[in-house]
Amino acid sequence: MISRFTTWISKLFSNFSQKKTMKLGIYGPPNSGKTTLANKICQDWLGQNLGSVSPIAHETREVQIKESLSIKSKDGRELVFNLVDTPGIATRIDFEDFLKAGMSEGKAKKRAREATKGVIDAIKWLDEMDTVLVVLDATSDPYSQVNITIIGNLAARNIPVLVVANKTDLRKSNLKKVQAAFPQYEVIGISAKYGKNVDELYETLFKLANR
Amino acid sequence: MVTLHFVPYTDIEALSSIGRIRHLLNFAKQNKIVLLQGRLRKEEEAELIKVTMEEINKEFRGIELAVINPTQTAEDTLSKLKYDFLGMILGDRSGLTIIGPASVVKAISKDPHKIELYTQEVKRKRRR
Repeated sequence: MISRFTTWISKLFSNFSQKKTMKLGIYGPPNSGKTTLANKICQDWLGQNLGSVSPIAHETREVQIKESLSIKSKDGRELVFNLVDTPGIATRIDFEDFLKAGMSEGKAKKRAREATKGVIDAIKWLDEMDTVLVVLDATSDPYSQVNITIIGNLAARNIPVLVVANKTDLRKSNLKKVQAAFPQYEVIGISAKYGKNVDELYETLFKLANR
Repeated sequence: MVTLHFVPYTDIEALSSIGRIRHLLNFAKQNKIVLLQGRLRKEEEAELIKVTMEEINKEFRGIELAVINPTQTAEDTLSKLKYDFLGMILGDRSGLTIIGPASVVKAISKDPHKIELYTQEVKRKRRR
């Protein structure tokens, strides 16, 4: 109750300082393509990557920020934000999964240790976000509790959400299933890897940020 | 052998958020699948994930979590209204939360119509 009140007070005061740069968070489960999307956005508008990507889960284990990123809409509007790429949120982390992916025991244990800290950091950062892209793997089960918990927490904090169904270039992807799982949210299908539909994502961002 | 542990909502009702989380997580750490009557608050669900991450070690690899919320599974407006009304009366008592230790529960697959829980054998170390 007290924390809700303090959050409300801090949000109220932050609204007075309109000059504050919007924080756009990228959240989602591990391996959904969050950093691939962050890299695509940074490549499109800055010509550089934000972080490394890997087929092995939990490649991003620290919150990565690109400050003052400016994007332009088709009709010339500008949106400036700090892009915050977060580690994938998971409820289980087993170093043996990394061993199976071919890592040495030492590296697997270190990755697991860092990954647990990454999840904790990602959750701590929830309160800092102004708008969030929830990136889901369109080939996976959208009803996973992690997805529902992330979106539910953002809704509880009144943070605007855009659900991004990534990997629509893959045959197994099912955009309609993601849309059916989150009927109260706008869901946009993209392929961050190949840049498919990313322009539509940028236009939707302007709507979401009320610019 | 799989152990299911039912926790009535009254067991956690008077506890603080962190008290609820510790209470439920303690059962999961004993390799029991927890069936909680009702739901945690959304913030508590995130906190549960956070505390789980803090507790991960050689023996405890995390949890599988699934929450059944009747309001979300209602398909037509009438049943949604009915469950919304029941939700107003029952609060977080309605629904069901399943928390399974990752060493026992391989995965929980959920869609609006069914929940499937896949278990795996717990690896036990032999005592010499």
